[in-house]
Amino acid sequence: MRIHLPNSAFLGNIDPFLQSFDSSDSSRLEITANKKWISIHPVVLSMVAALGLNVKTQNIHCEELEATSAHYLERMGLFKLLQIKSSIKIIEHEPAGRFIPLTIINNSKDLTNFISEIVPMLHLEPKQAEPIKYIMSELVRNVLEHSCSKIGAVVSAQYYKKSNTIRMGVVDTGVGIKKTINESYIAPTHLEALKLALTPGITGTTRKEGGTEFNAGAGLFFIKSIAKINRDFFVIYSGNAMYKLLKSAQGMEHIRLHADPFQDKHSKREDLPFWEGTVVGIDISLDATKEFSALLDAIRDIYIKTIKERKKEKYRGPRFI
Amino acid sequence: MKEILLLKKVGSFAENKDFAREIRIKEILPALENNEEIILDFKGIDSATQSFVHALISDVIRKYGVEALDKIYFKNCNETIKKIINIVSDYMQEM
Repeated sequence: MRIHLPNSAFLGNIDPFLQSFDSSDSSRLEITANKKWISIHPVVLSMVAALGLNVKTQNIHCEELEATSAHYLERMGLFKLLQIKSSIKIIEHEPAGRFIPLTIINNSKDLTNFISEIVPMLHLEPKQAEPIKYIMSELVRNVLEHSCSKIGAVVSAQYYKKSNTIRMGVVDTGVGIKKTINESYIAPTHLEALKLALTPGITGTTRKEGGTEFNAGAGLFFIKSIAKINRDFFVIYSGNAMYKLLKSAQGMEHIRLHADPFQDKHSKREDLPFWEGTVVGIDISLDATKEFSALLDAIRDIYIKTIKERKKEKYRGPRFI
Repeated sequence: MKEILLLKKVGSFAENKDFAREIRIKEILPALENNEEIILDFKGIDSATQSFVHALISDVIRKYGVEALDKIYFKNCNETIKKIINIVSDYMQEM
């Protein structure tokens, strides 16, 4: 496998990075980078780490990084996690740093501990912390419960002062969305599976409305809705498909939520190199963060409406002849 | 009347579904079985995920019907937690 860290890869411009990833020969990993500058979203870093964790250390080759910003990779713990040497020297405990370095979460206890560290590590106020904790918890639980990922969930996050935004990545190398959804629904393509996974009330664990005792099929819809209402990016990539929620235009007073993710302003593709597992990246602008409880009102309305409509579709009346 | 203090079991951010399931199986369902009323006390809990609340009460509604909600009281819930409980109880009644 070969992965190149470009000059810039954030959710808005992540497509060329994803397209350039070479997934052949999964026993080796070669990491290359832009010579001058590397500015990447945490989800990119989580992807590199996840690939490396599936390869023997001696089969990982990282070229000597020349970019002055390469210390970011060291600070986020990439080389330490993959147990590869780097010549980059940094002061590790920057007091002003607001980031969560690459972290592996393998079980429920790890997740609970991780969630408790989010607020101090990102220096968040309680109001700002609420959606961040919610998103991280639900995304990682999805990995732990559905992905069968041998390496668990690889997470990282970073605060960006200029845009006053928290950017997060949660990545696994498990079975992927299509296999999970296909347990209960027919999704012939990876893109179709992504669409179903983002639809309220659809879970791979059952076709029953209301879900099982443990799953309702609401998690990804809630997360996409939080991003939509805050006018932020949300990206999900699995198999050869990617769905990207695009930012809604400023000035629109009322943002409408849709049960069908393809009705939201989005881009999608199904021609990407195959990712064994699932990649989720999300941005949450702290300026735009709506009161979490107000956001739940909007989600409740559309969620219930969708379930009612689906129930109506299934309704069959008697046929009189 | 059985009162269940959730804070010491689940922490101030109620997200661990394993704990929710344990409380449902070991405390809520046996109490309902004995025809007891239940208070779920959210005192000290700042927030909860939909997954947590689903794991806590959805199967109770499925097993006992909406009448189960007549026997369960949700105490000391802030606005966020109230809304999440409402979402779960709404969609469970739309089954």
